[in-house]
Amino acid sequence: MEIKKQNDTFMDEIRAMPGGENINLCIQCGTCTASCPNAGVMDHTPSQLIAMARAGMKNEVLSSNAMWHCLSCYLCTVRCPRGIKQTELMHALECLAVRNGLSHGRTLTPAMYRSFNDFVYSLGSLPEFGFMTWFHLLTNPLRALKMIPMALSLLKHKRLSIRARRLTPDGTNQLRAILDKAEAMGDGL
Amino acid sequence: MDRRIGVYICHCGSNIAGIVDCEQVAEFASSLDSVVIARHYKYMCSDPGQDLIKNDIKTQGINRVVVASCSPRMHEPTFRHACQEAGLNQYLFEMANIREHCSWVHEDREMATEKAKALVSAAVRRVYYHEALETKSAAVNPNVLVVGGGVAGIQAALEIADSGHQVYLVEKAPSIGGHMAMFDKTFPTLDCAACILTPKMTSVGRHPYIQLMAYSEVEEVSGYIGNFKVKIRQKARYIDTEKCTGCGRCIELCPTKVLNEYDAGLGERKAVYIPFPYAVPNKAVIDPVNCRHLAGLTEGKDVCRLCQKGIEKKGVPGCEADAIDFEQQDELVEIEVGNIIVATGFKQFDPSVMYQYGYGRYENVLTGLEFERMSNASGPTDGEIVLKDGRKPESIAILHCIGSRDENYHRYCSRVCCMYSLKYSHLLREKVPEATVYQLYIDMRCAGSGYEEFYERLQEEGVNFVRGRAGEISNIAEKPEEEGKLIVICEDTLIRLKRRLPVDMVILSCALEPCADTEQVARTFSLNQKTDGFFLEKHPKLDPVATMTDGVFIAGCCQSPKDIPDSVAQASAAAARVLSLISKGSVEIEAATAVVDEERCAGCKVCLGLCPYNAISFDEEKKVSSINETLCKGCGACVSACPSGAIIGRHFTDEQITSEIEGVLV
Amino acid sequence: MKDYTYFPGCSSSDGGAKAYGWSAQAVSKILEMNLVELDDWNCCGSTPYSSVEELASFCLSARNLALAEKTGLDLVTPCSSCYVILNRTNAYLKQYPQLKAKVKEALAAGGLAYNGSVRVRHLLDVLANDIGYDSIAEKVRKNLGGLKVAPYYGCQVVRPRYGFDHPEFPQSLDKLVASLGAEPVDFPLKARCCGGSLIISEEDLALELVRGLLDSARKEKAQCLITVCPLCQTNLDVYQARVNRRFGTDYRLPILFFTQLMGVAFGLSEESLGLETNIVPVREVVAKYY
Repeated sequence: MEIKKQNDTFMDEIRAMPGGENINLCIQCGTCTASCPNAGVMDHTPSQLIAMARAGMKNEVLSSNAMWHCLSCYLCTVRCPRGIKQTELMHALECLAVRNGLSHGRTLTPAMYRSFNDFVYSLGSLPEFGFMTWFHLLTNPLRALKMIPMALSLLKHKRLSIRARRLTPDGTNQLRAILDKAEAMGDGL
Repeated sequence: MDRRIGVYICHCGSNIAGIVDCEQVAEFASSLDSVVIARHYKYMCSDPGQDLIKNDIKTQGINRVVVASCSPRMHEPTFRHACQEAGLNQYLFEMANIREHCSWVHEDREMATEKAKALVSAAVRRVYYHEALETKSAAVNPNVLVVGGGVAGIQAALEIADSGHQVYLVEKAPSIGGHMAMFDKTFPTLDCAACILTPKMTSVGRHPYIQLMAYSEVEEVSGYIGNFKVKIRQKARYIDTEKCTGCGRCIELCPTKVLNEYDAGLGERKAVYIPFPYAVPNKAVIDPVNCRHLAGLTEGKDVCRLCQKGIEKKGVPGCEADAIDFEQQDELVEIEVGNIIVATGFKQFDPSVMYQYGYGRYENVLTGLEFERMSNASGPTDGEIVLKDGRKPESIAILHCIGSRDENYHRYCSRVCCMYSLKYSHLLREKVPEATVYQLYIDMRCAGSGYEEFYERLQEEGVNFVRGRAGEISNIAEKPEEEGKLIVICEDTLIRLKRRLPVDMVILSCALEPCADTEQVARTFSLNQKTDGFFLEKHPKLDPVATMTDGVFIAGCCQSPKDIPDSVAQASAAAARVLSLISKGSVEIEAATAVVDEERCAGCKVCLGLCPYNAISFDEEKKVSSINETLCKGCGACVSACPSGAIIGRHFTDEQITSEIEGVLV
Repeated sequence: MKDYTYFPGCSSSDGGAKAYGWSAQAVSKILEMNLVELDDWNCCGSTPYSSVEELASFCLSARNLALAEKTGLDLVTPCSSCYVILNRTNAYLKQYPQLKAKVKEALAAGGLAYNGSVRVRHLLDVLANDIGYDSIAEKVRKNLGGLKVAPYYGCQVVRPRYGFDHPEFPQSLDKLVASLGAEPVDFPLKARCCGGSLIISEEDLALELVRGLLDSARKEKAQCLITVCPLCQTNLDVYQARVNRRFGTDYRLPILFFTQLMGVAFGLSEESLGLETNIVPVREVVAKYY
């Protein structure tokens, strides 16, 4: 599938990302919203985001907290009568929001994702304990304290791995070379 | 003979002249071999344009004509006629398409003009080798076959029969009436469907010119326009229809109950039944699948003859007309007709594949047809709107677009669902006035006469319109008021809110789809299907009731989903087409057919199996193949396949084709 | 002996769901499947990467796929998230030539190339379709005797449509439960979301979803619930206490990895299946089989 770039509008940016190419087809039926478990806590419903995007409201869309509440459960995607991959669109909007420096302040999810990614970049694998600890300390130390009973429970059940799996040195270098190159190329098609 | 070719380049306004330099092409044409006249003109298809050709034929001795203009599909008949009128055989004419094949698809003027020159050169070289050919005519048998006894089939049959011509009306089910006979009221006038249909049905039943063959199916069709031979299987009713009076005694006596398809599976019927009270013909029929006696007979057992013999012990008599006949067999009948109208209707989409709507899992989720039967006074609940447990519903939701406008099922819009959903809302407001009615829609499509006004009326009647397609029906309550209800989850897109609507009953406005046996029917009648499965019409705008098979017409929902007014209109249109052919009395058979050179034919029979129109037969005496000119469509398959080169494609000879190719290349 | 390249994913290998990894290997051995772990595999990136750095997300998967391609075998993962992410990359590389070109360049920077030939399968798919329910039933040593099990699929094993089961009304896990002699309970929320990774950043929202699932399973009288994804198991098991604290409920539903249940039916030891790692005790439910 070739994506043709017309002008440098917001719609072009979206349509250049996988999953965003056919949002022109949306008939605003609302099935995606109806299927979404978190639609009730989103600033804008999933179908509303598409309507706003088509109206060129870039700032409002990218500052919305909506896509950060997407669970990637894909119910919207399998039910959409126009075959729009709404979940992928949500991911695309999240990426665009980050790129434009607009990832929402009111939810911790962007911070959580970025924390996760940093760990994966350095180790090649996700160290659950390290990640959870770091994330909670970073965002809400008080909450971190509340997690201690859970951590103890996990420890008791031999489910807590303090040590982290790492890739071999070669593997790590290889992965970094690939990810660095990806970053240099920049997102979008 | 001296060839004197006239070439005419059309400007077609600016359609061609805007890209192709017509003057240059005309100048080029005049330099070609045997071309004595080359003109260019604004509109060749106009009267003055045609006159140019006619005059040149009469005064300049032109004996071959090339017109370079649009697609032959547009004006080949026009120019052929013009030639014929001027006294030149119409087959001595050739068209070069420099519009659809040139000016309309290219932007570079120079290159397009060169291409136009090549196309003209090809046509000129080809027409050099054209021979005069004569069309033949075949007589048209005035009898007509109408397949399908729904409102479209009934309308078509009556129109033709009223003109005094014989109609055979074949219907698969035991009674005519189709889907319309199942409906309650019809939109937007709220006429009772049966009340407006039964007069037409009875007319059909007693019409002197209609032979009604109900409970029958067409098995085989052969022949060609004006002369079809049709084999029809009249299925065994196990009832002698001459004797049956439709009294219903057998039905009372029958011990076997099964789901009634005429009640959309909501009610029951017996194994011997009359489909509905106003059935035409009003004769009983025994369902061989469920009748215990017929099933027993296959094992040699005599199980039950209650309908026939009654309850002898109690002195209750069986059929007093002695009409039951368990030995009855299917009957095969062959008829001859000149034209066929296919009006086989549609089937309702089965929403059980859409798991999220709970059809078949939850009670009280109904399809449109089920609701029609529930609301219909002659239906299984005597017209009462009730839940499975017998209570009256306090709230009902009607969901639009179930299976329609959906990439996962049918991309098309079924056209009638917005209107019948409004109708259901009205029936509900009338029959259960205390109930809350929701209608969940994406768009409100009310395009017919009186339709938008009907929508306004329903808005006044206090229906809750929610703009949002339902995502799912849940039965998991989140609040006390949702306990025991079906919860419709949707987005109210006009206020951008996700809503949960607890209701007692859900009606699914399901799509109209092609019938299950569409593929088979298409093969029988040589019809094509569109990508959506419905039958393909000859031209979607200009010829919606004709098909690519001359003499076979389509009408009603088998062509695409539509409402009753449009089905009736199409049926009348098809009838008119048929009557015009009958009135003419004969049809012209295209002369560009294939012919076997008997001297060259080696009798290898390779051509026989190739012909898609079954036009080739083998003459056992002469040991050569022979082509039926009226069946042959000139497709050329046999021409190219014949190893001896014994078959000639008239108007597409090797010489003609190779010169055309040379003309383009040189 | 059926050979597969095995992609455990971070959780099932060294993470909190290691019992899933142990039980998957143990059960596969019994079923004569050879799960050979992919050498030096990297994290699939899951939702976090795909939401923040799209191209990097595809590259993470592409590296794994390129390495797996060398074995020539199907790539099997027990984790639904890895399954979706890897399949997504596979599908998109075919659909978007510009993306393919970029990924190709990135992989080349690491000295790798991927030709698109790897088939990514979920462990449930392999067991249901390659091995078959009959073969599974044959290996049952301890018939589970009508144990009421809620088969929980979660979302990403059936959506979006990568083909092996119905996206909203799947049956493969139900049938697998039946083949073990247990009774799969009709659990209407079986393919609904557990809250996924949002349990970390938006715990309250996710706990609502977990609660709904537990409630539904309980209503259907399930004695335990089985999952096909490490994150689902974590949310339902590890956070069950937090659900109880938040909503004042008293759920005590054992949550097992489906391979753990299979292991019990196959007569494998509690230790080998890591049954002591399940937070809500499973003893009460499995005791009679030991």
